[in-house]
Amino acid sequence: MAIDWFPLWLSLRVAVISTLLASVVGLWLAWVLANSKFRGKEALDAAVTLPLVLPPTVLGYYLLVLLGRSSPVGHLYESLFGGPLVFTWQAAVVAALFHATPLLIKSARAAFESVDHSYERAARTLGASELRLFWTVTLPLARRSIFAAAALAFARSLGDFGITLMIAGNIPGRTQTMAIAIYDAVESGNGALARVLVIIISAVALVILALANRFAANPFGPRQTL
Amino acid sequence: MIAVRIRKKLPPGPGSAGFSLEIDLQAGAGVTVLFGPSGAGKSLTLDSIAGFVRPDEGRILLDDQILFDAESGVHLSPQARHCGYVFQNYALFPHMTLRKNLEFAAERIPRLERHRKVTEMIERFRLSDVSGRRPLQLSGGQKQRCSIARALIGSPRILLLDEPARGLDAPLRAELYATLRQVRADFGTPILLVTHDFNECFELADEMAVVKDGRVVQTGAPKKVYEQPGSADVARLFGAYNLVPVEIRALDPGRNSSRLRYRDFDLAGPYFPGRLIGDHGWLCVRPEQLSAVPQNGKPGLNQVAAALIRVVDKPQSTRLEFADDIAVEMPGLEASTHRHIKDWLIEFPQHNLKLL
Repeated sequence: MAIDWFPLWLSLRVAVISTLLASVVGLWLAWVLANSKFRGKEALDAAVTLPLVLPPTVLGYYLLVLLGRSSPVGHLYESLFGGPLVFTWQAAVVAALFHATPLLIKSARAAFESVDHSYERAARTLGASELRLFWTVTLPLARRSIFAAAALAFARSLGDFGITLMIAGNIPGRTQTMAIAIYDAVESGNGALARVLVIIISAVALVILALANRFAANPFGPRQTL
Repeated sequence: MIAVRIRKKLPPGPGSAGFSLEIDLQAGAGVTVLFGPSGAGKSLTLDSIAGFVRPDEGRILLDDQILFDAESGVHLSPQARHCGYVFQNYALFPHMTLRKNLEFAAERIPRLERHRKVTEMIERFRLSDVSGRRPLQLSGGQKQRCSIARALIGSPRILLLDEPARGLDAPLRAELYATLRQVRADFGTPILLVTHDFNECFELADEMAVVKDGRVVQTGAPKKVYEQPGSADVARLFGAYNLVPVEIRALDPGRNSSRLRYRDFDLAGPYFPGRLIGDHGWLCVRPEQLSAVPQNGKPGLNQVAAALIRVVDKPQSTRLEFADDIAVEMPGLEASTHRHIKDWLIEFPQHNLKLL
């Protein structure tokens, strides 16, 4: 049986890119949520958590409306990059991003908040700017939990199905990711292929989870400092 | 020179009854100790000075700089305040070596001078052998010295210490006091230290401020505050005084005498200026000022009958604890021979009595 490796490569590529993007956006939002006080903070937290609880199809529908060819965002994208965003592999990245970022924000916020506040206070009295404090104190101290959060985000990006199907579609060789290829194989009665793909994706997910768990033990966590 | 006059209200929340801080405090050169029981608002005051907490009202002045002023809306960031802060858990960055911890704090020093300054501080605080180690590999004393060195390296205008001796054993405590005395002599940085341990005031303080229920209730040199507590509340904080509730029955300025009523007993005391007959007050007397004898017969002059509860042998004396929270400390008394006697007579002195 010849296996088409494209869906696996596409899934990995989508997951890598969306994890990187999710890390940038998510860590910043998590830092804001963990460290600043402002009106509407919990509302913002609820808004970024929403994708975790909404059905993927609902989220996909929203994104389709938001990014579709007739929407302003879709228009802007088309004029910038010369083609529509929806039903391309880039749309799969967006889908994975919305699927993975909420979880990353949740875990990263918890990671930032678990850093003993006296370290941050100490850094401030010693004259460190908030940016320097973030890079040299909070981030290194929360490093392992952040890695774990990123690993989870990666795993989640890898596994998105609903949102991807809604906005990137199922175009073999172009937007067909692993999860969709499995669905496709089952639908078309190709049980052998489905089994192989399922085993591959399970193995990849298992490895990632094992790595995440290894990172999650934080040697500088508040419990060990006293 | 720091001048603090602030108010801060903490609303009652789950697990706390709410708290109102109203501090008026000045501290100059040398060591000033904020002394008070847990929950009195000492650390909140320190955090307000450092800029971690924003008071509701008032103003904080350090030298000639306004750190906080509610009216004009000034609330400098902790970074801009130049206050050194030593945390209770030291808060040394666990992922950096001791030298890196100091370098982190020396960022404001010009690059060329930085290395020399860090090395100088490491040597001065006797940390040369361990400067490459991380905090987890340091002893308690080393961490302590490192955190003080780190707080001082940027030449702060005041050094704030939050209960630095809490949870330390006696040798480490002594080491801390020695280090702080050294800092006081070498750096000339004013030091403001928070503690609930009265001995620490004697060890370190030039001046102390007694804080209770969010307010400064008395200030002065430790010895003076100890000998002249301003109120029964202050006296009670020292844990060293007997506080006996009495009513004034007679006052005679001519013969410098008074008659006080405690339970069913009459006590003769000195004249208390500014008091009136019928006033209630607390007779404040140290355990060493009292003596006790096993009761045989009626109480004599200035004697009070009391039931013995507990006998404690101390290195220099024996402490007898009676009902109604009266303790007597007498040298040369064998606890074992008196432990079984229940009824005693406590004798009060006629002079050197304080009425609060």
